[in-house]
Amino acid sequence: MLLIHCPYCDETLPEAEFAYAGQAHVLRPQDPSAQTDEQWEEFLFIRENPKGPHFERWRHQHGCGRFFNAVRDTVSDKFLTTYRAGAPRPDLASLTESLT
Amino acid sequence: MSRYRVAGKGRVETAQPVDFTFDGRRIRGLRGDTVASALLANGIHLMGRSFKYHRPRGPVAAGSEEPNALIGTRRGKGQFEPNTRATVQEIWDGLETTSQNKFPSLTWDIGAVNDAAYMLFSAGFYYKTFMWPKSFWDKVYEPFIRAAAGLGVSPSEEDPDSYASRYLHCDVLIVGAGPAGLAAARAACAEGLRVVLVDENSEAGGTLLSEPQARIGGTPAWVWLAQELAALRAAGVRVMTRTTAIGYYHQNMIGMVEKLTDHLPQQPADTPRERMWRVRAKRVVLAQGALEKPLVFHGNDRPGVMLAGSAQTYLNRYGVLVGRQPVVLTSHDSAWYAAFDLADAGAKVQAIVDTRATVRPDLRAEADRRGIPVKLSHTATASSGRLRVASLRINPVLNGTVGAAATIRCDAVLMSGGWTPSLHLFSHTRGSLAWDEDLTTFLPKDTPEDCVIAGASRGLWGIAAALQDGAEKGRAVAADLGAAGIARAYEVQDDRPGQGESRRELPTDRDPGRAKAFVDYQNDVTAKDLRLAVREGMRSIEHVKRYTTNGMATDQGKMSNINGLNIAADALGKAPPQVGLTTFRPPYTPTSFGAFAGYHRGAHFEVTRKTRIDSWAEDYGAVFEPVGQWRRAWYFPEAGESMDDAVRRECVATRASVGMFDASTLGKIEVVGPDAVEFMNRMYTNPWTKLAPGRCRYGLLCGDDGFIRDDGVIGRMTEDRFHVTTTTGGAARVLTMMEDYLQTEWPDLQVWLTSTTEHWATIALNGPNAAKLLAPLVDGVELTEAAFPHMSCVDCTVAGMPARLFRVSFTGEIGFEVNVPAPMGRRLWQILWDAGQPYDICAYGTETMHVLRAEKGYIIVGQDTDGTVTPHDAGLSWAVGKAKPDFVGKRGLARPDLTAKGRKQLVGLLTEDQSRLEEGAQIVFDPNQPLPMKMVGHVTSSYHSDAAGRPIALALVEGGQDRMGETVHIPMHDRVIAAKITGMVFVDPENARLKL
Ligand SMILES: [Zn+2]
Repeated sequence: MLLIHCPYCDETLPEAEFAYAGQAHVLRPQDPSAQTDEQWEEFLFIRENPKGPHFERWRHQHGCGRFFNAVRDTVSDKFLTTYRAGAPRPDLASLTESLT
Repeated sequence: MSRYRVAGKGRVETAQPVDFTFDGRRIRGLRGDTVASALLANGIHLMGRSFKYHRPRGPVAAGSEEPNALIGTRRGKGQFEPNTRATVQEIWDGLETTSQNKFPSLTWDIGAVNDAAYMLFSAGFYYKTFMWPKSFWDKVYEPFIRAAAGLGVSPSEEDPDSYASRYLHCDVLIVGAGPAGLAAARAACAEGLRVVLVDENSEAGGTLLSEPQARIGGTPAWVWLAQELAALRAAGVRVMTRTTAIGYYHQNMIGMVEKLTDHLPQQPADTPRERMWRVRAKRVVLAQGALEKPLVFHGNDRPGVMLAGSAQTYLNRYGVLVGRQPVVLTSHDSAWYAAFDLADAGAKVQAIVDTRATVRPDLRAEADRRGIPVKLSHTATASSGRLRVASLRINPVLNGTVGAAATIRCDAVLMSGGWTPSLHLFSHTRGSLAWDEDLTTFLPKDTPEDCVIAGASRGLWGIAAALQDGAEKGRAVAADLGAAGIARAYEVQDDRPGQGESRRELPTDRDPGRAKAFVDYQNDVTAKDLRLAVREGMRSIEHVKRYTTNGMATDQGKMSNINGLNIAADALGKAPPQVGLTTFRPPYTPTSFGAFAGYHRGAHFEVTRKTRIDSWAEDYGAVFEPVGQWRRAWYFPEAGESMDDAVRRECVATRASVGMFDASTLGKIEVVGPDAVEFMNRMYTNPWTKLAPGRCRYGLLCGDDGFIRDDGVIGRMTEDRFHVTTTTGGAARVLTMMEDYLQTEWPDLQVWLTSTTEHWATIALNGPNAAKLLAPLVDGVELTEAAFPHMSCVDCTVAGMPARLFRVSFTGEIGFEVNVPAPMGRRLWQILWDAGQPYDICAYGTETMHVLRAEKGYIIVGQDTDGTVTPHDAGLSWAVGKAKPDFVGKRGLARPDLTAKGRKQLVGLLTEDQSRLEEGAQIVFDPNQPLPMKMVGHVTSSYHSDAAGRPIALALVEGGQDRMGETVHIPMHDRVIAAKITGMVFVDPENARLKL
């Protein structure tokens, strides 16, 4: 079972309290009706499937209830960081360096 | 004393006889025995039949790695367990054990005909033999496979035992209480560090239990062990025996199963049989030791052929000679000590046969001193004996040529192909392995977890090396945690470190294609099978594994994986590290379902949610059905009524006068805030701005893909407050979806969402007399068409209780939903029930609710929709606010696929022959087309309707809304039913009955 740091509660807690919520930084367009079919398809369905660091969303479902973002390495399953929704995408290079 | 028991040997209690049964026969063992050691003490090696060939088998090992000696154990009623390893199960008075995979008896077995048909059952036989002809599958192959497959017999009775589950947090967890683990614990238990030492055996000590000759610091091993355990306990180390670390999970979480009662004749009250521990450790030391490898030769599975180290364990730990005339067959020094120990205990060792050309002079000298014949540079090419080995055929090997055979009479063969580190838990961490050319085996390298490996699990042989390495690793993890641990120095006398060579199949002078040289005993995989798999094109070791099933049995390849790899690598012409090892997966040893389930069984398997009115329904004799996690009243049968009778009566009574229904399970979400209306406009397809406070509206929720997710009536209580209802099963999902959009897409909106599902008890009253019944009880609003028209809502008082009253209808009748604070639910229900008696009020359940709504064409999301249905498909275009600039699903609804012609659309169906359709039945346009027919939709809802006077159905049909009046066909197994496409409203299409 993973341990996950909730950036709102500022506590590291067991995975059972959290729910995965898909890829992070997929912004819903301001005016969806102005989107082409291709753009809308991209927004709805096209997702990354990286081997390595993945930007993804989690929700502290059985805690504060907040959605937040995380960078998790899909190979090691290690969380490189978690950060609040709306915060900018962290620089990957600095994250992987801090681990070694 | 039994025939094979040696006086003065072992840790068993000679004065404590224990009687148990094996296949009905009474067997006497000693306290401290396992089933295997007690049977061996009585000269019994034959303990089971193999899985595929039904070959006679006896134990090859003495521990949890045992692949052959699997038995059924019965401890009492319902307490039967198949596939228990006889080498692990401790005996007690009255234990019943049985052998497996035999018919009619262990000594004479019909299935052994498979053994004669050996050539048919080679690698991949499942894929080849049963392929053709197709017609044979149902009648011949499948019954055959089903009859032959399976290991042991599943228990059929309910398990009366209880299983517990606990969490444990510690600083250092040490897996394995042999020399390395003991020394690691001693070094790490400094400065108050919480240290836990676990071992799967009934007592700690590991290899020390099998090597009493060793002395540590001058103290005999067993004395030292007792002193050391006492010292560890005094230092606060938690020592847990009969506890298996079954899996190593993320971030140093280790799953452990503690067996508490299987070894006890009387089960203590209130003690679980097993306890699952979930341990989170800051550091883990893996000190699981090494496993001995069998040698691969024809007949290496005959009862009496076993690992040399295990024979040593049976002698030194249990005081049992596994044979009186054993022969030792080895490629490693360690088996020589087995020969010496058995000879010293009175066995006449027939020979030591070593595949190597030279061995250490001191070993030669010790053999000579005992008069044991030594055969170097020899191979074994066969064993003989029907149910027990009687002889071993050996041949000299000179420059790769196998010479003339000689036969050695014997009653046991003690083999050793060397040792391989136990890498299972390390492999669970996704640790990388490195090939060690000297040891010709894989050793642990790097792991992403906070974990270190000590002793034989990293290829260090001998007690001294294990102690030293354990102490150093213990000190290091303590230092890592900021504590000054002390690595003691250990001096060991009579240690037995050894060396050897690694072999593939032993060379033979016979046709290797006919050899039954077993690599995986439990799955009956031979060396020939592995080579055949490579010849037939398997290149990856993972493919070889699956094609042959090598290493896929319940023993997880503990003995077979390395031998299998070496043979497959040779067949592939590659070096073993280029081929790689298959992945070990948890659990380390077979684990009971009970241990995993823990407390979650029976009524606790899943939570059952009950409304506050549920107890009334139970008192009133309701039949219940599960809906999501809820238990809902399905129907209320009166004496002698069938379900159909009851539902018809409830439907008729409700439309005739009044019916009441517990609607408390409906999801309820309070949407509050200055931006509540804007939020609702964005979430739901409907427009909300013009909905006045005190009014409600049917709301439809889509995903951004345009498909229907949920629906429900939504009341605007005040300007900034909405009472949202959802489907029973969708409540949590809808709230999560709302939170997601609110938190991450529109964080600027001032809105708060609160789940109020369980805060309200909700009672629906429906029928022409609903208002008459309710009006006298309501304060704060007049139930007239003018003051409280259909689709109104108000906070008021009902029967003196604070209430939120809705005038809505899910039946087509005059309808009200009364919400009161949940604890008042049953009281209000009783008041309404009593007040309804003059109107012949009827309590109805979910089935009647379904019928009444279907008669009006009201859909149920999840029954009439399936996640690919748009509002337009469902005939709900009127609920979509097309003028709104945006809402969730608006852009999705404009996707080309969602506006295309020929989509499946919801319609009504009326059968021509008045029969009731089956829900889920497929629909075709032309029943005379050739097979396979083009299916154009399916029946989603189907009921008998008294109000319509006939069966009615709803269905999704391709282009259905443009096919009104057309006939479609529903092929069933015995006939084809024709049905006419109609609108979805079968009763009161003018909605006249909704008016007061
Ligand atoms: Zn939180």
